[in-house]
Amino acid sequence: MNELRSKVKALLGSSEIDLFVGYEQGTRLPRPLLAASAEDADKLIFDERCTGNLAVYLTRKDLMGGKKAGIAASYYALRSICRLIDENQLQDGATKIFALTPQGALTSLETIADVKQLLQETPAPAKQVEDAWVQEVEEMPAAERWKFWTGELAKCFKCYACRAACPMCYCTRCIVEVNRPQWLQPWAATLSNMEWQINRVMHMAGRCADCGACGAACPLGLPVHIIAHKMVQMVRQHFGEPADKGATLSTFDPSDKENFIR
Amino acid sequence: MELKYIPKTSLKPWLEKVREGGKQIYAPVAENGKTSFKRVKSVDEISMEHVQTAQSAKGIAFPRTEKLFSYAKQQGDVALQDYDPGSLPNTLVFGLHPCDAAAFKPLSGIFNWDTGDKPFNERMQRVVMVSLSCSKCDPFCFCTSVGGSPGSAEGSDILLTAVGSDGYLVEVATDKGKALTEPHAALFEAPPDVNREELLARVPAKFSVDEVERKIAGAFESDVWKKQSARCIGCGACAFVCPACACFDIQENARGAAAGDRIRCWDSCGFSLFTLHTSGHNPRETQSWRWRQRLLHKFCYMPRRLAARGCTGCGRCSRACPVDMNLAEHLSELEKLKT
Repeated sequence: MNELRSKVKALLGSSEIDLFVGYEQGTRLPRPLLAASAEDADKLIFDERCTGNLAVYLTRKDLMGGKKAGIAASYYALRSICRLIDENQLQDGATKIFALTPQGALTSLETIADVKQLLQETPAPAKQVEDAWVQEVEEMPAAERWKFWTGELAKCFKCYACRAACPMCYCTRCIVEVNRPQWLQPWAATLSNMEWQINRVMHMAGRCADCGACGAACPLGLPVHIIAHKMVQMVRQHFGEPADKGATLSTFDPSDKENFIR
Repeated sequence: MELKYIPKTSLKPWLEKVREGGKQIYAPVAENGKTSFKRVKSVDEISMEHVQTAQSAKGIAFPRTEKLFSYAKQQGDVALQDYDPGSLPNTLVFGLHPCDAAAFKPLSGIFNWDTGDKPFNERMQRVVMVSLSCSKCDPFCFCTSVGGSPGSAEGSDILLTAVGSDGYLVEVATDKGKALTEPHAALFEAPPDVNREELLARVPAKFSVDEVERKIAGAFESDVWKKQSARCIGCGACAFVCPACACFDIQENARGAAAGDRIRCWDSCGFSLFTLHTSGHNPRETQSWRWRQRLLHKFCYMPRRLAARGCTGCGRCSRACPVDMNLAEHLSELEKLKT
């Protein structure tokens, strides 16, 4: 912890960065801290409790515009950072990335190659709860499954915390807010809530880091992250690990198993 | 205020009789670890053990989605069908805590600021509130810092306070409340001699809200807004769970070009689109400006214009926030602001 604090202070002091996206102790759990001074940096913490995906802040123009940033990246934040670089939302090498090795040591990563190397060496956190949930829902007969999803999504009031918490939802104008034509009804109602979640997750195909931030953010505790988790499973099953193949749904591959692409 | 007692064994028979008398019951129901207000089919569904429901009770008067009117084009003319209050149910809101009951005052202040809002007022006329004092709280509760208390009857027609596990003190605060108890007088007893304060949760005061108002009134240009809001991700969770937030959007449910409904739905001043003009200009361009608006509106503009604060200390915003924007913590910091 002290190591990170002193490194961040040095980076801020030498103006190598203007802002550091890290964690501080929150009310119950660690919470995001955007440190801009040595005084802020003294509040930084970084350990196994720091699992929130802070990559969401790296594309925020009002915070980052013209600034050089550093970040304390959890496993899933590292995956999101790789995608953001692949999608030209971040410049490779421009962000000072700190991460924890599988042994819990602090390490600094300069380029996307370093990030990918660490991701390869680090076992992915288990997703037993999500796996079990997906399996349980899949085993439901269609009518029961419909009842489950309509029951859950009827409660959604469209606060868009799922969208706001997602590092890959960086569009400046979201499809739900386009009104000419209006693709989705913007008010809360069971069917339009389902349309919203299906659209949100479809846009994540091959891009989602599977961090679960969408579900963790939901103030009503709706299991919207398991839709994304299922999508990740399907993409893996049909297209393999997306990590080194670019964006699954926008990459042309003549050897694709589908005929329509040729 | 009339004081009575109802044994626990008589509570459900009382509610059942109220229901048979033609009122729907809107009450907290526990489901998968969360408690939410619902129209209950049976009084057995009602939960009274929670500290706080995920959502407030405001939806009973200000639903998340409401049809304001419908229209249909007919041979060069337009037929309008105005808001129809006739189909609104009479409802007993049961088991809301004092922080939720108190929030109908600021809501009513907003919906009656100028022209009275028909849907809100029609719904309120059909609602009677039987609240439940808080016998427990959690670290997010701060009603006592914003003029409330775990045993306040403000906004309630009847306030129940648990006496041990056998029954409830019944404070009948309004005529609407009287109309609920008098026809069923046999179910009620004389109140026991208890110290009411000892039955309530102890909610420590965290800041002086008058001092907060005084400080922020002169802090429009302060850097504090930027600093506090840096981690805010700009979702609407805080506004949508808030019992006193009243921002709304107007939308069109068009059925082709010939007919449609005008819809009112919840909105949030924290959304970047909220103040975006057609020209592209946005007077609240950054999240820090939107955070400043949220706090000034609740703790400065509303008390001065509507004689009601936009916060009752329920703590829902802080429990719901994905990035732990703890409101009481932020207000405590603002109280100490150097001017």
